[in-house]
Amino acid sequence: MKVTLHIWRQSQPSDRHAQSARDFQRDGRMVRYELDDVSPDMSFLEMLDVLNEHLIKKGEEPVAFDHDCREGICGACGVVINGVAHGPEKGTTTCQLHMRSFRDGAEIYVEPWRAKAFPVVRDLIVDRSAFDRVVQNGAYVSVNTGAPQDANATPVPKADADKAFDAATCIGCGACVAACKNASAMLFVGAKVSHFVHLPQGRVEREERARNLVTAMDEEGFGNCTNQYECEAVCPKEIPVRVIADMNREFLRAKVREE
Amino acid sequence: MSWLSSFWRTSIGGKMTMAVTGLLLFGFVVAHLLGNLQLLQGPDAINEYAKMLHDLGPLLWVARIGLLVVFVVHVVTAVRLSQANKQARPVPYASEATVQATMASRSMVLSGLSLLVFVIYHLLHFTLGVTNPGHFAMKTSGAGGFDVYAMVSNSFANPAIALAYAAFQLVLFLHLSHGIQSFAQTVGIHHKRYTPMIKTLSFLLALVVAGGNALLALSVQVGLVEVAR
Amino acid sequence: MNLDARIPDGPIQEKWDRRKFELKLVNPANKRKYKVLVVGSGLAGAAAAASMAELGYQVECFCYQDSPRRAHSIAAQGGINAAKNYRNDGDSVWRLFYDTVKGGDFRAREANVYRLAQCSVNIIDQAVAQGVPFARDYSGLLDNRSFGGAQVSRTFYARGQTGQQLLLGAYAALSRQIHAGQVKMFNRTEMLDLVVVDGHAKGIVVRDMVSGEVRAHAGDAVVLATGGYGNVFYLSTNAKGCNVTAAWRAHKRGAGFANPCYTQIHPTCIPVSGDHQSKLTLMSESLRNDGRVWVPKKPKDTRPPNQIPEDERDYYLERKYPSFGNLAPRDIASRAAKEACDKGLGIGETGLGVYLDFRDAIARLGKEAIKARYGNLFHMYSKITAEDPYSQPMRIYPAVHYTMGGLWVDYDLQSTIPGLFVAGEANFSDHGANRLGASALMQGLCDGYFVVPATIAGYLAGQKPGGVDGKHPAFRASIKEIEDRVKQLLSIQGGRTVDEFHKALGKIMWDKCGMARNEQGLNEALREIPALREEFWRDVKVLGDGMTLNQSLEKAGRVADFLEFGELLCRDALERRESCGGHFREEWQDDGEARRDDEHFAHVAVWEYQGDVKDAVRHQEELQFENVQLAVRSYK
Repeated sequence: MKVTLHIWRQSQPSDRHAQSARDFQRDGRMVRYELDDVSPDMSFLEMLDVLNEHLIKKGEEPVAFDHDCREGICGACGVVINGVAHGPEKGTTTCQLHMRSFRDGAEIYVEPWRAKAFPVVRDLIVDRSAFDRVVQNGAYVSVNTGAPQDANATPVPKADADKAFDAATCIGCGACVAACKNASAMLFVGAKVSHFVHLPQGRVEREERARNLVTAMDEEGFGNCTNQYECEAVCPKEIPVRVIADMNREFLRAKVREE
Repeated sequence: MSWLSSFWRTSIGGKMTMAVTGLLLFGFVVAHLLGNLQLLQGPDAINEYAKMLHDLGPLLWVARIGLLVVFVVHVVTAVRLSQANKQARPVPYASEATVQATMASRSMVLSGLSLLVFVIYHLLHFTLGVTNPGHFAMKTSGAGGFDVYAMVSNSFANPAIALAYAAFQLVLFLHLSHGIQSFAQTVGIHHKRYTPMIKTLSFLLALVVAGGNALLALSVQVGLVEVAR
Repeated sequence: MNLDARIPDGPIQEKWDRRKFELKLVNPANKRKYKVLVVGSGLAGAAAAASMAELGYQVECFCYQDSPRRAHSIAAQGGINAAKNYRNDGDSVWRLFYDTVKGGDFRAREANVYRLAQCSVNIIDQAVAQGVPFARDYSGLLDNRSFGGAQVSRTFYARGQTGQQLLLGAYAALSRQIHAGQVKMFNRTEMLDLVVVDGHAKGIVVRDMVSGEVRAHAGDAVVLATGGYGNVFYLSTNAKGCNVTAAWRAHKRGAGFANPCYTQIHPTCIPVSGDHQSKLTLMSESLRNDGRVWVPKKPKDTRPPNQIPEDERDYYLERKYPSFGNLAPRDIASRAAKEACDKGLGIGETGLGVYLDFRDAIARLGKEAIKARYGNLFHMYSKITAEDPYSQPMRIYPAVHYTMGGLWVDYDLQSTIPGLFVAGEANFSDHGANRLGASALMQGLCDGYFVVPATIAGYLAGQKPGGVDGKHPAFRASIKEIEDRVKQLLSIQGGRTVDEFHKALGKIMWDKCGMARNEQGLNEALREIPALREEFWRDVKVLGDGMTLNQSLEKAGRVADFLEFGELLCRDALERRESCGGHFREEWQDDGEARRDDEHFAHVAVWEYQGDVKDAVRHQEELQFENVQLAVRSYK
C-alpha cells in the first residue's frame, strides 16, 4: 500500500523556557514524504523504519523517534497520528499499531507530543523527564531493601489489588498529556496516587504522597483537568479516569487533615 | 485564610473551587427557576413572591453579596485556570482531533463567557432597569411595589428578547450538563455504578433547568402568559 | 586469567551466610565517601543502585533510555519464581535449587544457584512491601501458577505484566533515592568504555546521547547491569536498544566473557511476517499452562486448524514428554518445534510455525477464565496478527529471547577485573546452559537487591575512596579513543545502512549458530562475520554529526560491537563439542535429545581478549557438583 506522510522535523531541541506558538514555527516544520512499499502487516514504527532506510540512502537524515521494546510495554514510543496520541486503535501504543489500520493512499500526520512540560528534543522525540521528577517526589513506599514481613502477612482484598493493578499498569508514555487540550498530567499522577492508596502498604504515606505529587505536578507546568477524558480515550493501558477522582479525593483529604 | 488561598492556587484546589462555586450557582439557578415559575400562576403569585424577597431587606443584601462573591470567585478561578491551561499547551497540532470529549466539555470556557454576557444583560434588564426602563418602572396597582409580572410579560412579548433569552438557555444547558457531572468527578466521586447515573442525572437536571427557563422566556410567545397592560 | 570463584566453605545452605560474615564491612560514616557507578537501570541495575544508595554509598546510575523505568526487564510477562511453598505442593529452597541446576543442564555453579533459591523468598517480601500489585486470590493472599521445567506452582505474577510491576517497584525505590540526593541519574547516556587503572575498574566513559558529549565518570567500583546480547541475532524478543557494548568494552579491557554460546531460544513467539520485521514478540510461557502445542500429522496440511480433526493432530510435546507435557523447558520445546517444522509439518505461509491451542481450555474453564488469565496476551496477539486466539489457535515459533552467557563473575559477582561487578542477565552465573521460565526476574532482583550491595563492601573496604578522578590520563585516553571512533563512523559515508549490516549479521547468526549448530556451519560463520565486519568499516553509511541526538550513530556503534562479539559467540559454540541446554550441536544428539559430555565439558568456558577476537584465549572454570547428581536431563 501507499501512504503520504507529513512528519514534524526539528533538528535542535526546543528551548524549554521560551515555548510559544511562534517559537514552535521557528523550531521545525512539517515535511511531506511519499512511501509506496508499505505492507499492511507492518507496525507503524516498521513503516517509519522503511522510510528512514529510504532517507538514508538518499542522503537525508532519518526521522528520530523514541522506541525500544516494540511490544507496547516500555512506554518509550508515542507520536500523535492524525491528531490522536498513539493513533486510531484504542488501547494500543504506536509500536503495536499496524498499517492495516490505515487505508491505501492515506494521508498521515505524524507529530511529537505537544506540551510545555515535554519540550521537543529532536523530530518526534520529546523530553518526558518531568514524569520522572514527579515520581521522585513520592510515588513510592518508603521502604528500604531488607527483610520486611512475609509477603502473605497482610492479606489484600482481591478487589483492592485489582484496582491497584489497574492504575499501576501505566507505562508512562505521556499520551495522556499529549491528548489533553490542557496538557494535564492528571491521569498519570492520578494513576500513581490510586495505585498506592488501594494497597495497605501504600496507605501509610497517603497524605504526604498526595500533597507532594500534586505540588510537583503543578511545578512542572502541566495543565489542569477539565474532565474531558481525552486522556482515557488514548491511554494504551486504558487507565480509567477514576484514578483522577481518586487523586482529587486524596488531595482534598490530605489538605483538610494538614496541620 | 492563607490555607484557603494556598489551596486555591494548586491545580486541584482550583478545580474544586470551580466545582463548589459551580454547585452553589447551580443551586441559585434552581431556586431562581422555582421562584419564577410562579409567573405561570398569574400576576398575584409572582408579585407577592417578589415582595416577599424585597421585604427581606438586609438579608436580601447578604444573599446578593454572597451570590456575587461566589460568582466572582467562579469567574476569576476560571480565568486563572484557563490561562494556566493555555500556557501548558502553547503549541497546537497541525492536525487536531477529538476522540471522546463531549461538545459541552470542550466549550466550557466559551459557554461560560457567553453566560457571563447573559448575566450582565439579564441584570441590566431586570435588576437595574437599564435596557428597558419602561418595563422596569411599572408599579403594581395594589401595594405600589414593582410589578414584576408586567415587567417580565412585557419584555417577553418582544420576540427578539424572548428568543435571546431562550437561546442563552441552550448555552446554560451545555454548561450545566458538563458542570454538574464534573462536580462529582472533581470532588472525587467516581464509581462504576453511580458515575453513569450521575452523568444521566447531570444531563436531565441541565435539561429541566434550562428547559424551565426557556419555557418562561417563551411563555408569552406561546400564549402561556398574558401580557399585562 | 584468575578464575577462582571464591566459593565459601561449608555446607551449601550456609555458604551465603558465611560469606556475608567473612566480608569486610564499610563503616556507615565512611560509606558516603565511596562512589559506585551502576550501568543499566533494569531489575538488577535499579535494585542495586537503590539498595546501595539506601546503605549510604554515593551512586551514579546510567541508562540509554529516556527514563530508567523503560529498561527491558519491563517486558517480562509471565512471572517470578520463589520457593515460598504457599501452595503446600512440596516446594522448597532445595527443590528450586535442584530444578534450576537441572534446568540449566548442569552447567551452572551450584553455590550461586543455591543462594538464588534462598534469596527468592525475600524478593517476594520486598516487592510486596514496595507495593507491587501481585495477583491475589479471593482470600487476599498471593496467587501462583506453574512454569516450564517445574512440577510445582511457585511462580508469582501480576497478570501478564510481572516484569513491569517488579521493575516499577525497583524504579520507585531508585526514584526515592534520586530524590534523597543519594543517586544521580543519567538518562539517555550510553556507556562506551570501561576505565581500568592499575588493574582495577575505576570508572567509565559515556556519551550523552542528546548533546553528543563524551565524558568520564570516575568511581570506586563499577556495576554492570546491562542485560543480554540477544540482539546479535538482529531479530529477537529484546528491545531494539539492547546491546552488548558495555559488556564487550569491559571484555576488551580485561573482563573474561563466559559461555557466550548459551543463548536461549524461546518456544512461543509470534512468527515472522515479512522482511520489514524489526523485532519478535514473545507470548508468555505461562500460556503453556492452558494452551496445547500441536502440528498437523500430514505434511503441508493447509486446512484451517479448526477443520483438522483430533486424530490428525500431533500434540508432540505431550507425546514425547508425558510427565511435563506442554510445560517442557524452553530449549526442549523450541527444538521440538524446529524438528516438526524441519519435517515439513510447520504451519502458516512460511511453514515456520506451530499451533498453540486454547480450544480445550476454553471448553473446560470458559472464555472468561481464560480472558482473566491471559487477556492482555491474547489482546497483544490479535493486535499483531489480526487473528482471534479465542476462536482459532495461536501460531507460534521459537525466537531468540535470553542469553545465559555473559561476563564471568565469581561468587561475589565480581568479574576478572577487581572492582567491576556484573549483575543480572549481563553475567553468566546462575542459569547454566538454559534458563527456566520466571527465573530471570528472580536472578536480576536477587543480584541487585541482595548480592551486590553486600559483596561490594568487601571490595570497597580495601580501597581508598576517591583514589582516581576523571582527570587521570586513562580517562583522557579513553575519551580520545571514543571520539575518534565516532569520527571514523561518520566519515565512512559508504553505501549501506547500519540496519542492513545488522540484518546480515543476524542472518548469519540465526542460520549457523541458532537453534541447531554444527561444525561446518560455525566455520562458515567464522569466515563470514569478519568479512562482514571489514565491509562494515568500509561501506557503512551514517549521516548527521556527533554533536546532536543521532540514532544512526548510536546504532552503528552497537552493531560494530556485535560484529566483533558474534565471532566470539560462534567460536565458543564451535569449541563446546557437546549439546547442552540452549546449545545444541547436531553432532552430539540422541535422536533429537541433547547429549552432554560431562567428562570433557562440565566447565565454564571463559574467553580472554588478546587484541583481536580471533586471538581470544579460552580458559576453563571446572564445575563441581557436590549436592546434585549429574544426570541425563529427562522430562519424559
